[in-house]
Amino acid sequence: MAPTRYLRSSASRDVNPDLDIERKTPSFDVEKLTTILDGGAENTRVRRAVEAVIHSDPVFSREDKYFLSQNESYEAAVKKAVHLKKMMHQMKWSWAGPESKYCNRALGGEVAFTLHTVFMESILALSTDEQTAKWIPLAENYRILGSYAQTELGHGTYIRGFETTATFNISTQEFVLNTPKISAMKWWPGELGRSATHTVVFAQLYIKGKCYGVHPFIVQIRSLHDHSPAPGVTVGDIGPKMDFNHNDNGYLLLQDVRVPRENMLSRFCEVLADGTYVKRGSEKINYFNMIIIRVKMLSNEVVPTLMKACIIAIRYSVVRRQSELKPGDQEAKILDYQTQQQKLLPVLATAYAFHFMNEYTNELFSKGYREIKQKNFDSLPELHAFSSGLKAIVTEHSTAGVETCRKACGGHGYSLLSGLPSLYTRLAASCTYEGENTVLLLQTARFLVKCLGAAHSGQPVPPSVAYLSAVNSERCLVRDKRDFLQPDVYVEAYRHVAIRVLSSAAAKLQALVQSGAEQHEAWHQCTVQLVHAAKAHCHYHVVKSFAEAVEKLGQEAGIQRIMKHLCGLFALHGIFSNTGDFLHDGYISGDQVDMMTASYLDLLAIVRKDAVPLVDAFDFTDETLNSALGSYDGHVYQRLYQWARKSPSNTKQANQAYENYLKPLFQNGLSKL
Amino acid sequence: MMNPDLRREREAAAFQPELLTHVLDGGAERTTRRREIEALVLNDPEFQHEDLNFLSRSQRYEVAIRKSALMVMKLREYGIADPDEIYWFKSMCLGTSVGPLNLHFGMFIPTIKNQGTVDQREKWLPLTCGLQIIGTYAQTEMGHGTHLRGLETTATYDPATQEFILNSPTVTSIKWWPGGLGKTSNHAIVLAQLYTQGQCKGLHAFIVPIRQLGTHEPLPGITVGDIGPKFGYDEMDNGYLKMDNFRIPRENMLMKYAKVEPDGTYVKPLNDKLTYGTMVFIRSIIVGDSARSLSRACTIAIRYSAVRHQSELKPGEPEPQILDYQTQQYKLFPLLATAYAFHFVGAYMKETYLRITGDISEGDLSQLPELHALTAGLKAFTSWIANAGIEECRMACGGHGYSRCSGLPDIYVTFTPSCTYEGENTVMMLQTARFLVKCYAQVSSGQLVSGMVSYLNDLSGQRIQPQQVAARPTTVHINDPASLVEAYKVRASRLVEAAAKNLQGELNRRESKEDAWNRTSVDLVRASEAHCHYVVVKLFTAKLSEISDAAVRAIMTSLCLLYALHGISKHTGDFLQGGILTDAQVTQVYQQVKDLLAVIRPNAVALVDSFDFHDSHLGSVLGRYDGNIYENMFEWAKKSPLNKTEVHESFHKHLKPMQAKL
Repeated sequence: MAPTRYLRSSASRDVNPDLDIERKTPSFDVEKLTTILDGGAENTRVRRAVEAVIHSDPVFSREDKYFLSQNESYEAAVKKAVHLKKMMHQMKWSWAGPESKYCNRALGGEVAFTLHTVFMESILALSTDEQTAKWIPLAENYRILGSYAQTELGHGTYIRGFETTATFNISTQEFVLNTPKISAMKWWPGELGRSATHTVVFAQLYIKGKCYGVHPFIVQIRSLHDHSPAPGVTVGDIGPKMDFNHNDNGYLLLQDVRVPRENMLSRFCEVLADGTYVKRGSEKINYFNMIIIRVKMLSNEVVPTLMKACIIAIRYSVVRRQSELKPGDQEAKILDYQTQQQKLLPVLATAYAFHFMNEYTNELFSKGYREIKQKNFDSLPELHAFSSGLKAIVTEHSTAGVETCRKACGGHGYSLLSGLPSLYTRLAASCTYEGENTVLLLQTARFLVKCLGAAHSGQPVPPSVAYLSAVNSERCLVRDKRDFLQPDVYVEAYRHVAIRVLSSAAAKLQALVQSGAEQHEAWHQCTVQLVHAAKAHCHYHVVKSFAEAVEKLGQEAGIQRIMKHLCGLFALHGIFSNTGDFLHDGYISGDQVDMMTASYLDLLAIVRKDAVPLVDAFDFTDETLNSALGSYDGHVYQRLYQWARKSPSNTKQANQAYENYLKPLFQNGLSKL
Repeated sequence: MMNPDLRREREAAAFQPELLTHVLDGGAERTTRRREIEALVLNDPEFQHEDLNFLSRSQRYEVAIRKSALMVMKLREYGIADPDEIYWFKSMCLGTSVGPLNLHFGMFIPTIKNQGTVDQREKWLPLTCGLQIIGTYAQTEMGHGTHLRGLETTATYDPATQEFILNSPTVTSIKWWPGGLGKTSNHAIVLAQLYTQGQCKGLHAFIVPIRQLGTHEPLPGITVGDIGPKFGYDEMDNGYLKMDNFRIPRENMLMKYAKVEPDGTYVKPLNDKLTYGTMVFIRSIIVGDSARSLSRACTIAIRYSAVRHQSELKPGEPEPQILDYQTQQYKLFPLLATAYAFHFVGAYMKETYLRITGDISEGDLSQLPELHALTAGLKAFTSWIANAGIEECRMACGGHGYSRCSGLPDIYVTFTPSCTYEGENTVMMLQTARFLVKCYAQVSSGQLVSGMVSYLNDLSGQRIQPQQVAARPTTVHINDPASLVEAYKVRASRLVEAAAKNLQGELNRRESKEDAWNRTSVDLVRASEAHCHYVVVKLFTAKLSEISDAAVRAIMTSLCLLYALHGISKHTGDFLQGGILTDAQVTQVYQQVKDLLAVIRPNAVALVDSFDFHDSHLGSVLGRYDGNIYENMFEWAKKSPLNKTEVHESFHKHLKPMQAKL
């Protein structure tokens, strides 16, 4: 452990002894693990350098975050984004470089202009070279601010259902955009409500009365002089949400808004001057870009949020003392209770499991990207299916995990000052955006059913589903509880269940079709089962990739040992929580379930010892955590008290409500005495 | 005009929702009376206010104070005194939110009534009822919650002046969380460790003035304020209180039970079981809240799912209602069944409480320990499940569920603290487990136990003939609620037995009883959960025979089956491992759950209509009775604070200067 690390943001602080003692004897090199998580010591160095710059700048302070109104949050995000842009310029940090990612991490994502980036990315992906040359410099220099308007009030997942229209007018060479009814209003796009001057609108293209499907159009929505809405445009903020109040998610209503023919993004399809519709190239590359957003979102947004929640809850759980474990002793640290360990440590294991899963996925996508650049699109269906299911289970488990952490902090977890409610409310949205989870799981299931059929008929199948071709094992052969700690044993168990659940869904599907049901009706009847199958497939992959990552840590014996424990904990927790799946066809016996449970509970006690070093290794600064409960020094109560006193509700001892209502109430009460 | 989708749904229902509403209310007359009470609030312009979603915390607090004050006046004006009627009136006034005066009426006054002497009641109660004094109940400290003996606040008796000196000796001892303490109250009942004649006599309750009457300024020696923003409870001024050598007269200690004489002599209380009664009552309210909060969430999600159209089920056909998707039904209908189940559990607990407290006044407390132990688990079981269920309803509404206009985020953040307050859920589960293990030990030693745990009596028989357990599968009929109750019963007894045996195993291996208990606590919680699950299935099933209308009984039977079978499908491991069900039966259970979804589907909207939540009580654009969602979302959004001006001031302050520099 490098002591300098702790001096960065915890300089000269005394650490609460209850937390300090947890750090005295880690079983592994914490600093080394941090560099592994960062993908190398150099990355760790760059990240810390960025954090130092960000945290020393008062404009980026998030101290008052929990006290802001919707309006103030929005303004703060805009102010920070403008300042960040200036600072990145000064520091010569590029938007594409690692610094940008680390800035975002340090600021907890509470800056504006993220949709502006999506706007630029979509132009790069969907436009011709001339269009790129026209729009990108304007956007890069912030002459214009962009948004991305896809979702409508009445339509989300199902893009073909969009109702916004763009009708080509040959005589003026313009598209006329319209919102024909209220459910067609664009609704939810970020930064549309107040900030954006332009947006990419997805609309049904009509030429000479014929509909050609949904296409992207660049539409100016606000004046570049006074920011007032453009003619025919009604635009505004959609109102307060569970979170993301710093973001002006907006609505957009278009009435005969005209844009020149050149504003349709035309990399893949073009409308010629005479109204001829031309398709060109393959949209597959675009498709690839869309799914890669999902993958990035998991490693940049979702998993770090889960890590932060683990840090806060675990540090607090060694500072908080409650009740007695032994009569007459000091009250025990709540992390010493088995029930508290069972809440938090599997979540910690999940954070690590997802981290390694993301690394595996990133490699998979880098490989896919290389192939696609050479116009080989063979891996696309697999990448799509893989990322869909993964996005669904990672967001679902992470969201639930953060909420578990919050509830495990008891009453204080309910205070915004703990930082936990905001982590939850932000993350909860990820289950819906970039693809609603149930819809995504069914997409994965469709791919799996197809591959299972191919595997049964002896055709080759992609690597991630190759396991479907093998003969499924019939029995788990474990005889001792320690055997359950072997990765081979639990990986095989997950594989078995994945095959069984998928096979039984596919069999049911086939039986329905054979008994005369139409394909779509049979599919519909099996969707609950198919979702189950997709989840089992993903769960297997997470366990497998974690076990493989542990294998590769060979040179770091201490780290490998604790990671193996975490991997076992993750795997056994999954079995413990779903024993029925494993018992169902007798793969595991009742006695083996008892052995597995015993091993699982043993692991809780083992991981408990390293719990604090394991969250320290995530290396989030106090400023980024922004939590009264989770700071590095563990001075929970003092901080909670100091922060509460700064609450605006305490600015005046005699408040307005007293003057206006309580005082008359007291007097009224007196008069009735 | 009603949305055509919802109209069709309502026309197609197989039963009359009004009759089911009567079942929920406990009779047609009570439904009528409830609606009369609600109408008093609905038709009263004085209760109108701006949409809370657009207000700051401080404004929300102010609205809540205004409404709470008004509520007190109106209740008196209308002469409403029956506890249920007061509850209906308050629910209608406050909607999903909480009132800063809740602790005054819910804890401050009752504590003085129950623990004050005649003199104390005569002195304080008129002042509290006249609202000259507004009080709260300050128990929890920053560093201490569940474990009451750990509280650090001290009250030291000074015989020279006949005063108690109150102190918050450490940061962790600062009173933290009490509702209404931050800004509203001028008095608090403070729980503190009593020191007299140099000895600590444990926790006692003291009436402490904290603010000057008239100016409302904190008194010298008192530091008091609001603990800051929370996940929810925006209108509640949860507060902190720090006392430095603050003196109160001896008469301010509540002395109905324990006493401190003028010379400092301490007189012990006679019986402390009585406080059990209040705790049981509060838990029954939380179980009822679990049912109501989940019912609201189901109402919103199911109505919205009937109005929302998405994708296609059949190629070429119009987009179907999302409620037609099996996956959507699978998310929502088991929760709908759960809401009904919990409703009946809450009603049962309240009845039992009233029956037993009848006994208390006649001195028969024999049933109290069991009730106390078992209601702890039910509080935890129902609040955990409702908590998760509300979020599932929200997520089932996709993006729009994330908007505050759906009302769902508010229901969640208001409900979720019930997993913590009045006993942290895991601690509650372990209390129930302690009772179950005790009963198990009793049975093992040959004594019989009675009540909800009487199934443990069967265990001795099973141990002699293990084959009997394996032979059980043939006896479970998955279409018969009574048979499913039996299956849940066997599961509970199996898990209680397993936990008790594991505990014994740990005890044999180590000296410390507490260590052994801790090392078994995961098993113990599972046993408690299985027990509670059994109780819920049993009570739901028992309710069916009380329903007189055949159509209502038929749909409730389907819901009850769905509740029981879905529960099995989520815990198949317990049923398989225990040999209660075979693999083939488990497969049938999965199929039967899906078949039941199709049975519920045409009745789903009518089933949520039966909860009979008025729109203004539901507070949701997505859950409106008329289903006109989209136009009203637009109307709602236009009122957002960010839309106050056409061009936001941030443009002039930040965006324009940035663009100018380029």
